[in-house]
Amino acid sequence: MSYLQISRVGKTFARGASSTEVLRNIDLEIEQGEFVSIIGHSGCGKSTLLNLIAGLTEVTTGGIILENAEVNAPGPDRAVVFQNHSLLPWLTVYENVNLAVAKVFGRTKTPAQRHSWIMDNLNLVQMAHARDKRPTEISGGMKQRVGIARALAMEPKILLLDEPFGALDALTRAHLQDQMMDIHQRLGNTMIMITHDVDEAVLLSDRIVMMTNGPAATIGEVLAVPLNRPRRRLELATDRTYLRCREAVLKFLYERHRFVEAA
Amino acid sequence: MTLPATTDTPIAAIPLKPRTTATVTALRPASRRIAFAAIAANLARTILPPLVVLAVLLAVWQVVFSQPGSSLPPPSQVWTESYDLIVDPFFVYGSQDIGLGLRVFTSLQRVAVGFGLAALVGVALGALVGQSIWMMRGLDPLFQILRTVPPLAWLPISLAAFMDSGPSAIFVIFITAIWPVIINTAVGVRNIPEDYRNVARVLRLNQLEFFTRIMVPAAAPYIFSGLRIGVGLSWLAIVAAEMLTGGVGIGFFIWDAWNSSRLTDIIVALVYIGVVGFVLDRLVALLGTIVTRGTARN
Ligand SMILES: Nc1ncnc2c1ncn2[C@@H]1O[C@H](COP(=O)(O)OP(=O)(O)OP(=O)(O)O)[C@@H](O)[C@H]1O
Ligand SMILES: [Mg+2]
Repeated sequence: MSYLQISRVGKTFARGASSTEVLRNIDLEIEQGEFVSIIGHSGCGKSTLLNLIAGLTEVTTGGIILENAEVNAPGPDRAVVFQNHSLLPWLTVYENVNLAVAKVFGRTKTPAQRHSWIMDNLNLVQMAHARDKRPTEISGGMKQRVGIARALAMEPKILLLDEPFGALDALTRAHLQDQMMDIHQRLGNTMIMITHDVDEAVLLSDRIVMMTNGPAATIGEVLAVPLNRPRRRLELATDRTYLRCREAVLKFLYERHRFVEAA
Repeated sequence: MTLPATTDTPIAAIPLKPRTTATVTALRPASRRIAFAAIAANLARTILPPLVVLAVLLAVWQVVFSQPGSSLPPPSQVWTESYDLIVDPFFVYGSQDIGLGLRVFTSLQRVAVGFGLAALVGVALGALVGQSIWMMRGLDPLFQILRTVPPLAWLPISLAAFMDSGPSAIFVIFITAIWPVIINTAVGVRNIPEDYRNVARVLRLNQLEFFTRIMVPAAAPYIFSGLRIGVGLSWLAIVAAEMLTGGVGIGFFIWDAWNSSRLTDIIVALVYIGVVGFVLDRLVALLGTIVTRGTARN
């Protein structure tokens, strides 16, 4: 049995008399240590799927099982990096990470251990220098890195990233993607990342989950990316496999996907 | 925290010797003169206009009410008749004959209790109401109506309920001040971004942790604007409240002066109440900016 098992999951939002079926029949299995991207057009239900895995919203049909336990509530074993960082503005960088560490390791680690664990995670995303700054005083990319540090500091079974680099400029994004690959390489976390960016998906992922258009979106295709790690973006720019994967995703999104929409 | 430091740096970085020595003055005469001029100009801009307006008003008042048989005393008469009250706020001539500063202090203690209770209960109730859409729908119209009831109107009810003047007075202040605190807190809590709630849910914060770590700081700007309105209202209620208690408060002093026709004393007391109310308002505002530093925008 897989590490994370999503079986026949559907989600229907009901508001009064009207209801919208956003997701239908999602089947997906993810192994421990895998990096999986979810790609699809805006509004198809990617965030909804991620929130279901996080337990922030409840499934309407089907079920999600993580390491033999059913997911039915949010918890720190499924840390989320939100699209707009969602750091608490009244806390410093350090305190933001500490909020998570104090809650998750309040009983199991001593204060000294917790402190060094916080600093470890800030170092991991190279943000230790800004530990006493407030979120308003640092750049968008830095905020996103702190958000990642906070999530990693929970020592989650799965890291869920909702378009973590969506709002960033291309250079910052490339830099953070490299850091993300480095972290994944070092820690071997299981990660699920939503993205709009085809290159980002191919560069980072072991598998790319491509979703059809909503309403009642489902998984259209799953593409394995058989590239060796560590990956270097410059070398990959001309790599055959890379280009083939990239083309497959583009074709799905801009050929087959249109066809689906018209049907 | 870094802002004040940056404004200091140019001054702190340059002087090699104490600034009082002649050398330093000679080295940077221009900048010092400019600084003085800027400060003086700034002071003139903020202080001069109100002073001028005050002088004009006093003059008009003096002229209009100087005719024999006018209904109110002119400023000169206030000065001569209430001289004691004006020059010494802290005299004690007898148990009922004390300076207005001491009276204000008594009233402030009363307001502190009434407003303190209103703040505590108001934030708690506001949090409750803001968390639940049904509470909001059910209670908001009630709050909107009750908040318009003037302090004096609460007097008979609260006397009947408490049958004792002390607690009744506190209650009048409390019930006058609590509504804006509740309403603003509720709005603040309702406006907490969904993301913050999700962070709390992922971390499995319990109710108390959520209240202290997320809700209060996130809603703090709203809470403080409610507290600011509330402190103003509770100071407004002081005269009504002290009609009940008697004693030495500034509110009762006005009531008492009216009953013994000491109009000039009332005028002095009004100035006291106005100034203290202004200071209270600014204090809460200042506290708000300190506490919500960095919270308001992100
Ligand atoms: N709480 C909700 N109630 C009702 N409908 C919702 C709710 N949340 C999402 N939806 C609907 O579900 C659909 C999918 O939304 P979702 O946010 O998952 O899309 P997305 O793929 O993440 O889009 P984007 O790429 O723009 O972030 C949308 O049509 C949205 O209107
Ligand atoms: Mg989304």
